[in-house]
Amino acid sequence: MTTRKILDIDFSRIDTDRMRLNVGPQHPSTHGVLRLEVELDGEVVTNVIPHIGYLHRCFEKIAENMNYQQVIPYVDRMDYISSMNNELPYVIAVEKLLGLKVPEKVEYIRVIMAELNRIANHQIAIATFGLDAGAFTPFLYLFRDREYILWIFEKATGGRLLFNYFWVGGLANDVYPTFKEDVLNIVKQVRKTNKDIEELLIYNKIFIDRTANIGVLPADVAINYGCSGPMLRGSGVPFDLRKAEPYSIYDRFDFEIPVGKGEVGTVGDCWDRNIVRMREIEQSCRIIEQAIAQMPDTGDVQSAIPKKVRPPKGEVYFRCENPKGELGFYIISDGKDKPYRVKGRAPSFVNLSVLPEISRGYLFADLIVILGSIDIVLGEIDR
Amino acid sequence: METFNVFDVLLGNNFLSALISVVLPLVFLVIYALIAILGELKISAWIQERLGPMRTGPYGILQPLAEVIKLIQKEDIVPAGANKLLFNLAPYIIFAGSFAGFAVIPFTAAFVPAEINIGLFYVFAVGAFAVIGIVMGGWASNNKYSLLGAMRSASQMISYEIPGALVILSAAVLANTLDMQKITSLQEGGFWNWFLFGGPGGFSKIWILPFTLLLSLIYMIASLAETNRTPFDIPEGESELVAGYHTEYSGMKFAMFFFAEYSNMFIVAAILSIVFLGGWTSPFGSFMSGYWWGIFWFVSKAMFIVFIQIWLRWTLPRVRVDQLMYLGWKILLPFALVCFVIISLYRIIY
Repeated sequence: MTTRKILDIDFSRIDTDRMRLNVGPQHPSTHGVLRLEVELDGEVVTNVIPHIGYLHRCFEKIAENMNYQQVIPYVDRMDYISSMNNELPYVIAVEKLLGLKVPEKVEYIRVIMAELNRIANHQIAIATFGLDAGAFTPFLYLFRDREYILWIFEKATGGRLLFNYFWVGGLANDVYPTFKEDVLNIVKQVRKTNKDIEELLIYNKIFIDRTANIGVLPADVAINYGCSGPMLRGSGVPFDLRKAEPYSIYDRFDFEIPVGKGEVGTVGDCWDRNIVRMREIEQSCRIIEQAIAQMPDTGDVQSAIPKKVRPPKGEVYFRCENPKGELGFYIISDGKDKPYRVKGRAPSFVNLSVLPEISRGYLFADLIVILGSIDIVLGEIDR
Repeated sequence: METFNVFDVLLGNNFLSALISVVLPLVFLVIYALIAILGELKISAWIQERLGPMRTGPYGILQPLAEVIKLIQKEDIVPAGANKLLFNLAPYIIFAGSFAGFAVIPFTAAFVPAEINIGLFYVFAVGAFAVIGIVMGGWASNNKYSLLGAMRSASQMISYEIPGALVILSAAVLANTLDMQKITSLQEGGFWNWFLFGGPGGFSKIWILPFTLLLSLIYMIASLAETNRTPFDIPEGESELVAGYHTEYSGMKFAMFFFAEYSNMFIVAAILSIVFLGGWTSPFGSFMSGYWWGIFWFVSKAMFIVFIQIWLRWTLPRVRVDQLMYLGWKILLPFALVCFVIISLYRIIY
């Protein structure tokens, strides 16, 4: 809208200090307990230093002292708003170590659950992003819909947020009888709300002014920093692990990879990252519909669960497309029933590292919007 | 309709009638604030498909009362390093600034606390008082968020007072007076005489009709910015500045800020309804017209505008501080200026 002109003033003559502002860990919009050390020149951000570690819970060390199955609840607590997606790479990695093949029905339920959770995660991301821009009402519309998804999870697994549902070789329990109808109803509801959100928030003139051309992340910078997920795709790189190296049964479904195209501003701005999430919800709906249609009705979800998980010596790295990006687990086994080492590659941590790069030179209000568009969760960053 | 102050007539022009004239708006303001807070809670709930407060009284209608009682009980915290005098004074200055505006608001033909011939000018003058209070509060809090909020607020309120004042100036040119009672009396006889639709006059007012509509829109936008309401609630933008200039305030002092905000909302709504929507006059000529009906019409018009303010707040995102300045100086101000020139020309010709 406005281009900032560089004034020809000798600022060294004027004795001014830059203001150092601590944003967080108790700030309404740091999305958890993140502390940002912000250097402000008036309202212009000159530097940002993220400080992390307020939610460190020693996940990797605890995992070394637990059975392979006992690690799963800790994996849940990493990215606590998309727990299903966290469990998926971990259990597949352990299954790979064991050389295990899971039944068809398990694969389908895993995909449906993971995609439902992806929708729930993106709904939170868009909702809080709107909140950061000052729009309160879309937040509640999206949270209402997320509640319906959580009800399904609650019925199926007993938990609303932390499920411990995917087990090595199977599932904790089978889904309930009316699962399919419930899921299809949710898909309908999600699509309806998405239309409302597009009118109310996404294509709102004020919202576009706030988010377009802000926090531009060029594709090469995104790749250099190792960004993944909607951050990378928002910059126009069509990279999605579900397509690039299909795991589980993702190769059976027909879906697209939405990328940022710079429709209202520059490729890779905050609006692009947000619209990628918006469109991924639609793609997840498509995957769920196909999976529900193909899912076998009969089958024992626990038939392949091993009595004792004691993988042979070796190591494995397995990565999945988490809603926030590429979540990988590197597991070393020394032949005992406890892992020798578990390393989690958290997408939020990598994505956050690009924040100082893309927020310098913008206004303080923009910094909040940029942080919101990265969609971080501190449980995953600190682990 | 003849305009007078009913208490001056009944009690004579003495101290008692003056006291009643002052206390009555304050009582009205307290009742209005309670209703407006409840309205804010309930309207936001309806917009967001919630129920809102339901436990305090039937349908939660006692909720604002409960909140006031809660705020009175709260500990009054003065942060270490704060400038005590300024910190304690700021909320009352803000409230005084907004309450002083009530002095010239005509509630009906028979009641205006002080009928002075520069009413509109006076409202703007005392309205600017609030900025001092905000800057004082922000500076004295010894908090960087408060300071940023106060600086934003000062620049925002001053920038938006200019297009707002130009709108009022245009209306004054059209009405040929700054007296609120006279402006209202001019619009008697039906809604087609409202200044929103060009004011009283013959068919020739069709020339200025689009401009008066535009002016009222400009005033509506400018008044939102002046009262720090969404989409212009930048000084207290929750996601950025926690709570802006009143971050450090608690208890009754915070309640004063809150009270002042609602009071300001009513003041701007009242000015808009007096200048453009005919104040206490009935929209249907002599139908439902009278001294008592005047109160009804004036309050319901003002409350409708307050409702629009609440409605917008829960619908729109917040604009950024530089976009706000852009809108104020480069869009609203030139448009207001053009309207002012055209209306002045119209006055000269007709």
